Amino acid sequence: MTTNILVAGIDIGSTYTKTVLLDATRTVRATAIRRSGYKPAAAAIAVFDDLVANAGIAKDDVTYISTTGYGRYMVPFRHAQITELTCHAVATSHHFPSVRTILDIGGQDIKAIRIDEQGRVRAFRLNDKCAAGTGAFLEKTARYLGLETGDIGAYALRSQAPVEISSVCAVFAESEVINHLASGIAPEDIMEGAIVALSGRATQLMKRVGLEADFALAGGMTHNAAMVAALQSKLGAQLHLPPNGLGQLNGAFGAALLGLRRVERLLAEGRVIAAPGDASAIKARRWSTYVPQAVAAMSA
Amino acid sequence: MLYVAGVDVGSTQAKAVILNEQAHVVADAILDVEMNMATAAQQVFDRVVETAQLTPEDIAFTVATGYGRYRVTFGDIQVTEISCHARGATGEFPRTRTVLDIGGQDTKAIRIGDSGEVVDFAMNDKCAAGTGRFLGAASFALDLPLSELGPLALKATAPVKITTTCTVFAESEIIGHLAKGHRPEDVLAGMHYSIATRCASLVRRVGLTPEITFTGGVSRNAAMVALLEQVLAAPLNVSSRGHFMGAIGAALYALDHARSGQRRATAQEVAS
Repeated sequence: MTTNILVAGIDIGSTYTKTVLLDATRTVRATAIRRSGYKPAAAAIAVFDDLVANAGIAKDDVTYISTTGYGRYMVPFRHAQITELTCHAVATSHHFPSVRTILDIGGQDIKAIRIDEQGRVRAFRLNDKCAAGTGAFLEKTARYLGLETGDIGAYALRSQAPVEISSVCAVFAESEVINHLASGIAPEDIMEGAIVALSGRATQLMKRVGLEADFALAGGMTHNAAMVAALQSKLGAQLHLPPNGLGQLNGAFGAALLGLRRVERLLAEGRVIAAPGDASAIKARRWSTYVPQAVAAMSA
Repeated sequence: MLYVAGVDVGSTQAKAVILNEQAHVVADAILDVEMNMATAAQQVFDRVVETAQLTPEDIAFTVATGYGRYRVTFGDIQVTEISCHARGATGEFPRTRTVLDIGGQDTKAIRIGDSGEVVDFAMNDKCAAGTGRFLGAASFALDLPLSELGPLALKATAPVKITTTCTVFAESEIIGHLAKGHRPEDVLAGMHYSIATRCASLVRRVGLTPEITFTGGVSRNAAMVALLEQVLAAPLNVSSRGHFMGAIGAALYALDHARSGQRRATAQEVAS
């Protein structure tokens, strides 16, 4: 049978590179995350190394690799690249078939996606031109307040009276934060104010794709309890969150699911010469063949 | 002897000048706005008075302008920075019909009528692209002081195109270009060009009527002046006191009031 099939999805985002390894039963076997830095191909190679190490397997045990995210074309050892819209749609629909509107807040962009009952993308709106309304807005605010990105949510939850952040621009919000601090406003009230401002901009984007229930959130913000609460309050509805800590890995998970579907189709169409259970023949591009090319591409 | 003051409290720096009765600048002062605008305004005023070897009582009238003008507790009246830049620019270059002011957090294009009045203006204060803050991002990413950016950009031989609009993303883009081996001067030239094109489109919104006077802190940047002249295909008037233009305009308004015999408001009147 196909039990020894392993599919990796790699999501090369502007800020983080995420990867998920799935087996034929769609069970997550391993995950890995690294900062993307300025050489996305290098980040993808490093995160793939982490993934196979975490899974305790060899690179050549991975049957198929699909990539997504803004750096998806920069990974030379991929089998296929898929847009992150499709990946988020498929992953979310897999967990929650009732979801019709997905919000994905990334480090440098934000997406609202409307999907149908089959998990197909019906409409989407994207902001990747301006840091307002993206994770960068919160990261910058946290930086002025001396907070780590991972601590933002817990810190903001302590707020009693969030302050209004009126600047649209993430850069100008800095001056506003400094003025608030100077006038004695508690840092947690400023952090919560930034979260409320961001949740307002995010729900505006969701309205532009129709705001059809149910709702789901994807991306690193799923781990930020204050952000989830602010969004739910603005929407007046619950948000589905990917289970088992897969929120930030949602795109990578979707890429792996789609990769697995393709592997299954290739096998079903008999396009593989190998006997059932031997996935080696569909390794059109084996990792070992492509590493030298990847290294060459990086040093070019 | 009659003395008046203009105080321009910007988002990034506070500027002050003192004029004498002949409208000559007798002293100027500038300092960074750190935390508190009211404090910065008071400090820059104290400093300009001290530089002029005067006392606050010698100043017949004070006009405050700029983003923080309502935080100035000692001023007699407030005037918008649009009016002050127009007044300052026509004061030094009487044939000015268009003013471009690039400040730390906003950019303004002002059209001026034949008698020096403000006819129209366009302003970007919602987005840091095309303002001094865009250069601030470059200064941060390259770890160079603002004053060195322009001279270095002028040495560019192969300018790099900056594709992002957002200042936050541009910071990442700069680091990415440097990581790819582009030289700092070529990246800087790209940054300057990006601001120049953005500001030029703002100027075109009010009409490109000569003469054009370039004011604000960024007018001290030679690369910016050169690129703007190229993009606008027109020469620019640039004052050696370009970054004081708002304060000078404010002081000229103060001089009007002082000459028309208005006395200085008492502290009680200001408070009420």
